[in-house]
Amino acid sequence: MTTATVSRWDRFRESFFWYSFKRDKVAIASFLVLLSMVLAAVFAPLLAPADPYDLAQINIMNSELPPVGLDGADPAFPLGTDAQGRDLLSTILYGTRVSLMIGFGAVILQAALGILFGLLAGYLGGKVDAILMRVADVQLSFSTLMVAIIVGAVFKASFGNLMFGEIAIYMLIFIIGVAEWPQIARTVRASVLAEKKKEYVDAAKVMGFGTPRIMFRHILPNTLSPIFVIATVQIANAIISEAALSFLGLGMPETQPSLGSLIKSGFDYIQSGSWWITLIPGLVLVVLVLVINLLGDWLRDVMNPRLYKG
Amino acid sequence: MLAFLVQRVSQALLVMFVISVIAFAIQDGLGDPLQEMVGMSVSSEEREAIREELGLNDSFVVQYLRFAGSAIQGDLGNSYFYSKPALEVIAEHLPATLELVIGASLIIIVLSVPIGVYAAIRPQAWLSKFFMGVSTVGISIPVFLTAIVLIQLFSIGVTVNWFPADTGWGQWLNEFFTTEGGLPSYGRGDDLVHLFGTWESGLFTGEGLAHLVLPCVSLASIMLPLFIRLIRAEMMEVLQSDYIRYARAKGLGAGRINFLHALKNTMLPVITVGGVQLGIMVAYTILTETVFQWPGLGLMFLEAITRSDIPLIVAYLMVVGLIFVVTNTLVDLIYGLVNPTVKLTGKKA
Repeated sequence: MTTATVSRWDRFRESFFWYSFKRDKVAIASFLVLLSMVLAAVFAPLLAPADPYDLAQINIMNSELPPVGLDGADPAFPLGTDAQGRDLLSTILYGTRVSLMIGFGAVILQAALGILFGLLAGYLGGKVDAILMRVADVQLSFSTLMVAIIVGAVFKASFGNLMFGEIAIYMLIFIIGVAEWPQIARTVRASVLAEKKKEYVDAAKVMGFGTPRIMFRHILPNTLSPIFVIATVQIANAIISEAALSFLGLGMPETQPSLGSLIKSGFDYIQSGSWWITLIPGLVLVVLVLVINLLGDWLRDVMNPRLYKG
Repeated sequence: MLAFLVQRVSQALLVMFVISVIAFAIQDGLGDPLQEMVGMSVSSEEREAIREELGLNDSFVVQYLRFAGSAIQGDLGNSYFYSKPALEVIAEHLPATLELVIGASLIIIVLSVPIGVYAAIRPQAWLSKFFMGVSTVGISIPVFLTAIVLIQLFSIGVTVNWFPADTGWGQWLNEFFTTEGGLPSYGRGDDLVHLFGTWESGLFTGEGLAHLVLPCVSLASIMLPLFIRLIRAEMMEVLQSDYIRYARAKGLGAGRINFLHALKNTMLPVITVGGVQLGIMVAYTILTETVFQWPGLGLMFLEAITRSDIPLIVAYLMVVGLIFVVTNTLVDLIYGLVNPTVKLTGKKA
C-alpha cells in the first residue's frame, strides 16, 4: 500500500496544518524542544550515565557535588549530584520520564472519561446532562488541584506510605485523571450540542442506527479537534499537578523520583547552598510545561475550535 | 430573582450535603476512634461493649445523621494531635492564611488592572507583548517553584561573578545580578499583634510584614497572569462595542472613554471571576504555606495528613468546602443581581 501512504504524506504536506506550522517559529522551536525532551526521557536508560534506581551505583561520598563549572565539581557528574549522591543528570532524565508518563496517562484517562460523559451529556440531554454537568461544575469550582490534593491525601492515609509509594504512578494517573475530567467533558459537550443539530445526525437516525453508534462513530470524529487542543494543554496541567502533589509528599517517592519529588528533595538542601538539586529539575519542569503550553496555543490558533468558555 | 435565589441556595445546600457525606465517609473509612481511646490491654468483649455504647455499630445513615447533627452545632470532633476541638484548631490557623490571601489579592489587584488595561488599549506596543509573554511563562511556572526561586534570590541571596570584575561594565553587571537576600522565608516571625479572638496579626509590625512579602508574592504570581489575560480579553471586547465607538465619534477623550466607560464594564465579569478565583487560591495556599512553613490552614492540613489526624482532616474539608460554596453562591447571586440576562452555571478553574 505504498501509494496510499505517499498520498497521505502528500496530503499532509499540503495541508493548512503543516503550512502554518512551517511559518510559526515559536511552534517549530517548541516542537523540537518537546521532541528532544520526550526522546531523552524515552531513551533515559540508554542515555543516562548512571541508573538512579540502582542503589549499588550510589556513593554517599559524592553527595551535593555542584554542576560542572563551579568549584568542587566532578566531571563525572555534569549537573552535579543530589543529597544522596545520585547523578543529577540521570535522575532528571528518569524523572522527566516519570513526569511525562503520568502526564500522558492522566490525560488519556481524563479524555476517556471526558469524552464518554461529554457525549452522554450532550447527546442525551435532559436529566443525564443536568446531573453530569452539575457534578462537573462543583468539581471545577473546587479547582482541580484541590480535588487532587484531597483524593491523594485520602489515598495516602488509607494505603499507608509504603504501599502508596509502590503504586504511586497509577495512583497519580488515577487522581489527576479523575480530578480533571470536567475540563474535557465540557468541551466535548459544547461541540456535541452544536453537532447534533446537523443533518448528518438526522440522516443517521433515519437510517436506523443505534444511539451508541451515532454518538461514537458519527458525532465523535467531528468533535476531535477541540479535544485535541484541550488535551495538549491538559498534559501541561497534569504535569504541573503531578509536580505539586509530589512536592507536597502526596506523589512519587524519592526512590523513584519525578521532577516534582526531585524539586521537593532538593528544597531541603537549598539553605545549605546546594541550589542546583532543586533549581535544575525546576528549570526542566518549567521548560517542559512551557513548550507544551506554547504548542497548545498554536494548535488553538490553527484549529480554531469552538472552545467552551465557562 | 426569587426563584434564582432559591435555586442557588438550595444548590449550595445540596453541595454542602454531598461534601459532608464525603467527609464523613472518609472519617468512617479511615479512622477507628477506639484505637485512639483505649489501650492494648482492653479485651475484645470490652471493645465491643464500648463500640455498642458509642454507637459505632449503627448503620452508616444513623452515624451520618449523628455526625451531621453535631456538625451543624459546630462540633466536628477533637483533633487527635492537638487534643482539642478541631474547629478551634482551625480557628487558630485561619488568620495566618487569611492574611496571606489578603496580601496576595492586594498585589494582584494593584498590578493586574493597569497591566491588563494597558495591554488592551495598546495591543501592539512592545511593552504589552512583553507583559503577555511574561504571563504565558508565568502560567507555566508552578507556584512552589516561584517560591523556591524567590527564597534563593531574596532570602539566601545570590553572588554573581560571571563577568570580568576588572572592567567597569563587568563589575556593574556583577553587582546588578547580585542579590542581597535577608528577607525571612520561614514562618510569620515573633512580632505578632493580638487583634481579637484567635487572630494574631502580622500586618502591623515591620517584622510581620517582612515575613509576609515572599509568601504573598509567590501566591500572587500564580493568579496574576490569569487576571492580566482576563482583564485584557474583557477590555478588548468592550472596546469593540457600539457604545465605545459612539463615545469616540462624539469626540470624548481617550482617557475618559478607556477609564470611565470601558473599564466600568470590564470590571464586572472580572470581579465575579475574581471572587471564584479567590476561593481557588485556597488550593495554592497549601503549596505556598508548605514552602514557607507558614503556620496557616494549608500547612495544618498537610501535617494532619502525615499524622493521620482524621478529625482535623475532616474538619478542614468541611470548612474549606463551606468557604468554596459560600463564595461561589455569593458570586452567582451578585452576578445574577447585576446582570439578569446571564444565568451563570459555573466558572472554569
